[in-house]
Amino acid sequence: MAIELPENVVVSKLDELASWCRKNSLWPMPFATACCGIELMATGASRHDLARFGAEVFRFSPRQCDLMIVAGRVVMKMLPVLQRIWQQMHEPKWCISMGACASTGGVFDTYCVVQGIDRFIPVDMYVPGCPPRPEQLIQAIIDLQDKIQREGTLTGAEFELSQRQQPKRALLELPILGQTPQYR
Amino acid sequence: MPIREAVSEVLRARIEGLEFSEFRGRTRVVVPAGRLLDALRLLRDECGFDFLADITCVDYLNYRGARDRFGLVYQLASLASNERLVLRVPLNEPDLVVPSATGLWEAANWLEREVWDMFGIRFEGHPDPRRILLPEEFTAHPLRKDYPLQGRGERHNFPVLRRRDA
Ligand code: SF4
Repeated sequence: MAIELPENVVVSKLDELASWCRKNSLWPMPFATACCGIELMATGASRHDLARFGAEVFRFSPRQCDLMIVAGRVVMKMLPVLQRIWQQMHEPKWCISMGACASTGGVFDTYCVVQGIDRFIPVDMYVPGCPPRPEQLIQAIIDLQDKIQREGTLTGAEFELSQRQQPKRALLELPILGQTPQYR
Repeated sequence: MPIREAVSEVLRARIEGLEFSEFRGRTRVVVPAGRLLDALRLLRDECGFDFLADITCVDYLNYRGARDRFGLVYQLASLASNERLVLRVPLNEPDLVVPSATGLWEAANWLEREVWDMFGIRFEGHPDPRRILLPEEFTAHPLRKDYPLQGRGERHNFPVLRRRDA
C-alpha cells in the first residue's frame, strides 16, 4: 500500500541517521607524541581548515572525544597511557593511526618503540607518510566518515563483528637477519 | 700556565695511578675508581673546574684494543676560564660501583641515574637511585653492547585492547 508523503519528508533508517550525525561531528583527541603532531596541528589550523569536515574541535580530555588521532611514535612507557586514554573515551569511538611510526614503528625498530599501535588498540584508518601531509590526514578523516556512514549502527553493533576483534598481526617479533630472536 | 700542566701538578701530587693524555686540545685524565671522588674534589676546589657538564659512559665490549669493559666519563668545565676536562674511570665487571658525585655537584643526581638506567653502573651514596628514563619494572640496561637492539620483547609485553573490552 503506497503512503502519500508530503514534499518535505524524507524516509531513512535510524542507523543511517545516527551515523550521519556522528560522522559530521567528530571530536578528535590529539595523541601527538612526536613530529607527526606538528602536521596534526597544521591540519587543525586555519590554512587547512578541518572545520569544513566537522572535526575541528580538538579536545584534550578523552571524555569529550570520539576520534583518537595517534600522531607519532609510541614507546613502551607511553603505551599504558595510550590504552588508558583509549579506554576513557566514550563509545562510539574511532582511531586514526597517523604516520609511519604510529602504524608500524617506522624507522625506530628499537627496544622501546612499539611496532605499530594496532598491536594493542583497535585502529580504523592508517595514514602513511613521514610525516603525512595535512591533506592526507583530511583524506583519512573523509574516508573514516564514509566508513561510519557505511557500517555505523545506532547501537554500535558494528564494533562487535568478529573480524574486528582479531589482532591484525602476529604479536611475535620477526627474527632479524642473522640474529636469533630472544624472548624473556 | 696551560691547563694540562696545572692540573697534572695538582693531581699528581696527591693521587697516584693517573694517566694523562691529550686529544684535539682536550685534556683527558684516567682515574682509578677508588680515587674518583678525591680527583673530582681537587679539580673542583683547586683547579677551578666548578661546573659538571655531563656524566656518561661508554661500553667497550668487542672494541678493538680496549682494555676495560666500561669507561665512565665525567665532563668538567671551568666557568671562569672556559676550559674543559675529561675525566675517565675504567670499570670492569663484576664491580661496577663508583662513589656518587652528588655531594660535590647537585647536577650529578639525574646524570648518575641515567648512567645507572642505561649501563647498570651503581653509584654508591646516591640519594635516589631509581631509573630515570625507562619504566621501573624494566630489568635490563639497554645501552650495553650485549643487549639486543630490538630488546628482549619488552616492547610487546602489554595487554591487547579489543573493541569489546573498551
Ligand atoms: S612518521 Fe615521521 S614524522 Fe611521524 S612521528 Fe614518525 S618520524 Fe616523526
